[in-house]
Amino acid sequence: MGELAIETAGLVKVFGDNRAVDGIDLAVPAGTVYGVLGPNGAGKTTAVRMLATLLRPDGGEARVFGHDVLREPDAVRRRVSLTGQYASVDEDLTGAENLVLLGRLLGHHKKAARERAAQLLAAFGLADAADRQVKNYSGGMRRRIDIAASILRTPDVLFLDEPTTGLDPRSRNQVWDIVRIIVAQGTTVLLTTQYLDEADQLASRIAVIDHGRVIAEGTPGQLKASVGAGAIHVRLRDAGQRSDAIGLLRTVLGANVQPDPDPVALTAQLSGEDSDREAAEQASRALASLARAGITVDNFALGQPTLDEVFLALTDKGVAA
Amino acid sequence: MTATTTEPTTYTPAAESLTAVLAAGEQPARPSAWSASVTFGWRALLKIKHVPEQLFDVTAFPIMMTLMFTYLFGGALAGSVTEYLQFLLPGIMVTSVVMITMYTGVGLNTDIQKGVFDRFRTLPVWRPAALVGAIFGDMLRYFLAATVILVVGLVLGFRPGGGAGGVLLGIGLLIVFSFAFSWVWTMFGLLLRTEKSVMGVSMMVLFPLTFLSNVFVEPDTMPGWLRVFTEVNPITHLVAACRGLMQGTADAGEITWVLVSAAVLTAVFGTLTMRLYNRK
Repeated sequence: MGELAIETAGLVKVFGDNRAVDGIDLAVPAGTVYGVLGPNGAGKTTAVRMLATLLRPDGGEARVFGHDVLREPDAVRRRVSLTGQYASVDEDLTGAENLVLLGRLLGHHKKAARERAAQLLAAFGLADAADRQVKNYSGGMRRRIDIAASILRTPDVLFLDEPTTGLDPRSRNQVWDIVRIIVAQGTTVLLTTQYLDEADQLASRIAVIDHGRVIAEGTPGQLKASVGAGAIHVRLRDAGQRSDAIGLLRTVLGANVQPDPDPVALTAQLSGEDSDREAAEQASRALASLARAGITVDNFALGQPTLDEVFLALTDKGVAA
Repeated sequence: MTATTTEPTTYTPAAESLTAVLAAGEQPARPSAWSASVTFGWRALLKIKHVPEQLFDVTAFPIMMTLMFTYLFGGALAGSVTEYLQFLLPGIMVTSVVMITMYTGVGLNTDIQKGVFDRFRTLPVWRPAALVGAIFGDMLRYFLAATVILVVGLVLGFRPGGGAGGVLLGIGLLIVFSFAFSWVWTMFGLLLRTEKSVMGVSMMVLFPLTFLSNVFVEPDTMPGWLRVFTEVNPITHLVAACRGLMQGTADAGEITWVLVSAAVLTAVFGTLTMRLYNRK
């Protein structure tokens, strides 16, 4: 697996009687995007704050490129950058002032800091907004100045804590493009997100976190495969025919067929061992049998399992595997 | 001005320019403790530039204090306003500036809850720099407040016997002490959860400290137990030292007392503040 950028073993953080992070083990290969996926309150941000030396772990160990976050915080700080869930630039200052300030704190002289700031503002499409206070920026611009501030000094590890929460689709795509370019330059990115789509798009490995624990880990493909071959989604013209259709497909496919909340829709989960080809065969059998029974189908789709399905299957304890 | 800026054209992240930014140059050396603190002080000045309303408390409040107490006590305590002013002005200057130091704690409490402090704390710079810099910015505010009071005093008839040099030295001593005293508030700013509670604690400490001193009257007329308190109250010594410098009767003992207490305050509360800051 090559060099590890981040390594944690049994990482724990307790707030009162809430075990926010309850024994997390992570191994993040250098030079990749690693997704940490979980719902609100799962412990993602707490874990990132410990890795970025902002919080002291209550148990376990965490290393960034071999440097212990507790014993060598300064060595860790020299290698990491954090873009927090909330804008981590000064809203009262202008975009340019923020970058010059941080450039000075990293040791640049006044002139070099100004040049670096101008270069970053241009690269992030913020040159026109350089002299406006950040509080007047749009959501997408704010996120970009935030990421620009994080790469003032090219970090070895970039923590992106929910970088697209609250952004419109266009700004979200811009952030994704930026992340891809940053990783291509060799920086390791640890991305927390509650959007499965985002982890799927960017991450080469994903850890799914719930209640402070890792409940699944692997490549997006592995996680999807663990839930099954996929599902057939059917929309009927007539809601009255749905129970007939469900009964028929259960017999023909031998699969778990359930009605959807939409009264004309149903979903058949294909079993896990089936290969893609078998899934396609099952789909054509299903479609043919519905046609023979005189059930009118408006819409028929064979879908790969989405990460949403993976996520719900893993986190919803009420649903049997 | 307050409207959200919309983007004139759609931004498309360009691989070339971003790659160039990421690859740029060698890393500069870590800045010195002093240089990092001064940079944070510059941040405080920028904030004053963008939000000048925050200077209200160092201009209007001191003017009010000076006018109020000069005319309230002047006739009763010294027979005439001008006469009382010669006694009161150094004391009211100390009171106002020391009271303003509490905004250091309030400001830090609100500032630190914003995301930007997360970024500061992940930078490999001298740890106290963010706080020292914030207090550097506040020292400018203390200087402004002291100047405003001096000007009001001169207009009302304050004629310091120590001349311009004595007055400047007095203000300098006051600002050195206020720097040290600010660490008490940075500690509370980190310790307490809300801005309001920081205010509350500040008032509880500041009112007895400033009023139970020699600011308004000489302690001779106070009951014995109260005189014991005023004797050990650092504000009493600070006022005595400033009065001496401004009136041209400088007392080396009082000045030494103030400098030593400033060093002790910085050492004790600076250390406590940094412990809290690192643990936050």
